[in-house]
Amino acid sequence: MRLFKVNAQPGKAASRILPLLPFIICIIAYMITAQIRHQENPKDKLVPTGKQLVDGFRRSAIEADRKGEHRLLVDTIASTRRFAIGVAFLFLGILIGLHMALLPYADLLFYRFILFFDKIPALAVLPILFIVFGLGEVSKIALIVMGVMPTIILDTYLRAKAIPREQVTKALTLDASHLEIIYRIVLPRIFPKVLDTIRLNLKAVFLFLIAGESLAATAGLGYRIFVVRRYVAMDIIIPYVLWISLLAFLADLGVRVWIKKWYPWVDK
Amino acid sequence: MPDHVIRIEEASQRYPGSEGQMRTVLNGINLRITRGEFVTIVGPTGCGKSTLLRLILGSERPADGKVLMNGVEIREPDRNRGIVFQRYSLYENRTVRKNVMLGLELERFFLFEPCFRPWRCREKQREFREKADNYLERVGLLEHADKYPHQLSGGMRQRAAIAQAMVMQPEILLMDEPFGALDVGTREAMQVFVLEQWRQDHQTIIFVTHDLEEAIFIGSRVIVLSHYYSEDDGSPAKGARIVKDVPVAWPLPRPTEVKHTREFNELMISIRREGLDPTYLQHIRDFDLSHADAAWWDTKLGWEKQ
Repeated sequence: MRLFKVNAQPGKAASRILPLLPFIICIIAYMITAQIRHQENPKDKLVPTGKQLVDGFRRSAIEADRKGEHRLLVDTIASTRRFAIGVAFLFLGILIGLHMALLPYADLLFYRFILFFDKIPALAVLPILFIVFGLGEVSKIALIVMGVMPTIILDTYLRAKAIPREQVTKALTLDASHLEIIYRIVLPRIFPKVLDTIRLNLKAVFLFLIAGESLAATAGLGYRIFVVRRYVAMDIIIPYVLWISLLAFLADLGVRVWIKKWYPWVDK
Repeated sequence: MPDHVIRIEEASQRYPGSEGQMRTVLNGINLRITRGEFVTIVGPTGCGKSTLLRLILGSERPADGKVLMNGVEIREPDRNRGIVFQRYSLYENRTVRKNVMLGLELERFFLFEPCFRPWRCREKQREFREKADNYLERVGLLEHADKYPHQLSGGMRQRAAIAQAMVMQPEILLMDEPFGALDVGTREAMQVFVLEQWRQDHQTIIFVTHDLEEAIFIGSRVIVLSHYYSEDDGSPAKGARIVKDVPVAWPLPRPTEVKHTREFNELMISIRREGLDPTYLQHIRDFDLSHADAAWWDTKLGWEKQ
């Protein structure tokens, strides 16, 4: 069997078709299920047909609701804003980790603490965040920061620690000041790698974003899904889920392209 | 006062060893180096050659004794002593040219100046670029200036590292087994290359290697560091000492045929015996310290510093 050979060399047709196959199977399986259920009960709400999904997407995206707003747009803007602010804080995390790794006093002061902080499940303190920061934007962004920033700090820390000692010594012989070593030698070297870690953690950012929105918000992608859940509006929920996934995929792709374009020396 | 750029006085170094005891690596090193010399340091594995170099570089401080440069104690690596390591000398996120320009930029710009005042820096940078290109031409890498280190061969990478260090015009160039990772052919070409550089401006060079042939061929003075000796009363050695310190005077430019001459081979045999043979334990008083700058041992006076 060729299927079970580690050194198999798939042909051109196979390399084109096989990656698409799972998508196609899922879509067909869904459509068949919807077909069957609608034949049994034309008012079925759990598995809307393709036509109903398109209609649901159209109603959210293109038509204005009673308040005259385009819901999908409003929700996307609200969520993107929280997402962007959360990610901006992650970049602050890079600076924190960098200093911890290179300045022994900062290391002593913060490393244990961050290590412990990292272990606190952010969702468990969500009630505290709501109590302290109220139900507004701050608590939702604080949730993202609490959930993901320690990971970024620790990753930056380890990467900066892994820089060969020789390169720091070398920089001193090239008349680098200690701050120049931090910002002009080590930071540019680890930045693309840390960027990649942020990319991998975008999923967690979305997770905390939706968790925060689902509990208290007036707009947002996660908020909408949980609101329409009450009406079992699957024709809205499914397009929203796909839309969120698409946004996450694009964010991920964007970072990957950014790294490839601007840091050709990475992983060489 | 003679022109000794480096003076090491009774320097010792100890590291924590097994069972919580301190292990002496270097023991009472006395060394003076004159400007323009090409000093090679050779010795058996683990004898502390690189430790001695790190003391001179300043990335380590001696446990006892002093390491002085121009009469001032060395505390930290600085721009007066350039270094070429066996690996990691180049920054892989910079092209070859940017690697060579790095030192000039670090020296002349303050931290974020290129961001705050780009118009002013651009002019300077053009000047740096010209200077960097001069050095790259000298090491034969001008056509590869825009490549990243990972695109270069091992020999080219070391030549770039040498240019990166030399562009700062340091008083001393330190090299820590710079050719240790290269294949035999490239290594010999690099030896000739370094000699050629030295012939041009007689830059003071301190060159650490474990390759005896390389040490004898390339230097103007060979220092053998070894822990294979015994104290004069016959007790075992504690830490490495300089067991041999001799001038070598091959012609310049130096054909590689020198390596096949009788004197070359005799010197190799004697160093191999006195420095690298664990069964041959010389007494301290018998050390061959015939270089004019060598400190010699006097049974009554101890280490005599001229």
